Amino acid sequence: MIEVSNIHSHYGKSHVLHGVSFDLKEGELVCLLGRNGVGKSTTLKSIMGMVRPSHGGIRFEGQELVGMRPHQIARLGVGYVPEERRIFRSLTVHENLLIGMKQVKNGGVPREPWTVDRVYSVFPRLKERCGNKGIHLSGGEQQMLTVARTLMGNPKLILVDEPTEGLAPLIVKDVLEMLSAVRKAGVTILMVEQNFKAAVKVADRFYIMSKGLMVFQGDMPALMAAEEVRRNYLEV
Amino acid sequence: MNEIFVFSLHGLAYAGLLFLVSAGLTLVFGMMNVLNFAHAAMYMLGAYFSYTQVTTTGLFWPSVIFCPLLLFILGALVERFLLRRVHIHGHLHELLLTFGLAYIITELVKWIWGNYPLAVNITGFLSKSIHLFGIIYPVYRLFVIFCAIMVGVAMALILYKTRMGIVLRASVNDGEMVDALGINVPLVMMGVFAFGSALSGFAGVIAGPLLSTYPGMAHEILVDAFVVIVVGGFGSLGGAVAASLLIGELQSFGVLLFPKLSLALVYLLMAGVLIVKPSGLFGAKQ
Repeated sequence: MIEVSNIHSHYGKSHVLHGVSFDLKEGELVCLLGRNGVGKSTTLKSIMGMVRPSHGGIRFEGQELVGMRPHQIARLGVGYVPEERRIFRSLTVHENLLIGMKQVKNGGVPREPWTVDRVYSVFPRLKERCGNKGIHLSGGEQQMLTVARTLMGNPKLILVDEPTEGLAPLIVKDVLEMLSAVRKAGVTILMVEQNFKAAVKVADRFYIMSKGLMVFQGDMPALMAAEEVRRNYLEV
Repeated sequence: MNEIFVFSLHGLAYAGLLFLVSAGLTLVFGMMNVLNFAHAAMYMLGAYFSYTQVTTTGLFWPSVIFCPLLLFILGALVERFLLRRVHIHGHLHELLLTFGLAYIITELVKWIWGNYPLAVNITGFLSKSIHLFGIIYPVYRLFVIFCAIMVGVAMALILYKTRMGIVLRASVNDGEMVDALGINVPLVMMGVFAFGSALSGFAGVIAGPLLSTYPGMAHEILVDAFVVIVVGGFGSLGGAVAASLLIGELQSFGVLLFPKLSLALVYLLMAGVLIVKPSGLFGAKQ
């Protein structure tokens, strides 16, 4: 579905990604692991067009994404769920969902498109709070809203950046179950996560990054077997 | 008693004009973070376009539509080919660009129309006066108040009742995120800038017959419009309404009650608001 090959990205003068390559197949939930500052978020932003890679290519369903603007990439069917949630503070929950609607090119809407009603039936908590302003939601509610907002655009692939950051353990479980449910509904997911133990339960495959490079890829048994990799690149 | 009524209506008319100018200014600032010094130059162009149109055709009404339309196009071009290009270099460059644009437009106006006041003469119902609760009041000033209310209501409806409004308010919060959700934010910005210019031009058309049309009119209204958006809070439409009313009435009654102080009153008000609430009456906390 998406193939990232040898991308280099910069933030101002600092060279963050040094040739990152990986791929996702349709229907997968892949987790990108690694310590702080190794370039995980930058990888997502590079796919989304928010950071423009200086070298390399990103092909999504056969189309080259490098050089496109974020809204064009979004319209091809890529959804971005940012770190820190980035809920629109002064908009109500309902309005936050409405803004997520967009026209999807490249194959049109899925069989079962996401609508406000469908979102409310999957996330009853959001329905209860539909008239509240974004700023008044709890962390867990904000995380649900930011995922739901992106789903409203009927993406084929969503890029989820640290969905469990700053949430209580009980809520972390909810959020990961929610992402599993979204994947079962047919959306491919690339998730960046610090919380290795939580991510292990839901992901099909794992990539580990270090200093702007991929240093490991494999499924859960492979990750469990690679003790040295985990010690060097994940455990504190 | 009648005198108070007359002066409060005068105040309302000026408030209406101030609102028409500052609404676009505050909207552009809220959305794009650009303090547009050329905003009042658009207002002046509106007045001059209207002057040319009224003197050649003898009709005032068409200029209410056509002059803002011309400025909408001009605003769109300025955003697309000038502002967007300097955007990556930061706010200082944008500020300087609009500052320079204001100078160029002012000089062009002097060159084309001359450096002296021109009068836009209106005829018909708008030029009459009517009896209103025991006083005789010019219809035109009531028309200014009416226009301001209509524009204010229309803007509020767009901002709070349409999808477009949701996009605009979300872009004030986080434009990059709106873009990532599949909305062409640069196009939205162009539209907002063009709309702000058109609104300012509309205010100029309305101001023509009320005040005189001369090359200093841009500077004159710009100072008051800046005070309005500082007092009301940058980017807040509700703040622009409240501050326009406050400053319109203050100007009007200042002339009546403290003629010697009247020019300073507006600045005293601004200083007072800045001391008590630096973000302005309706401004978001920074």
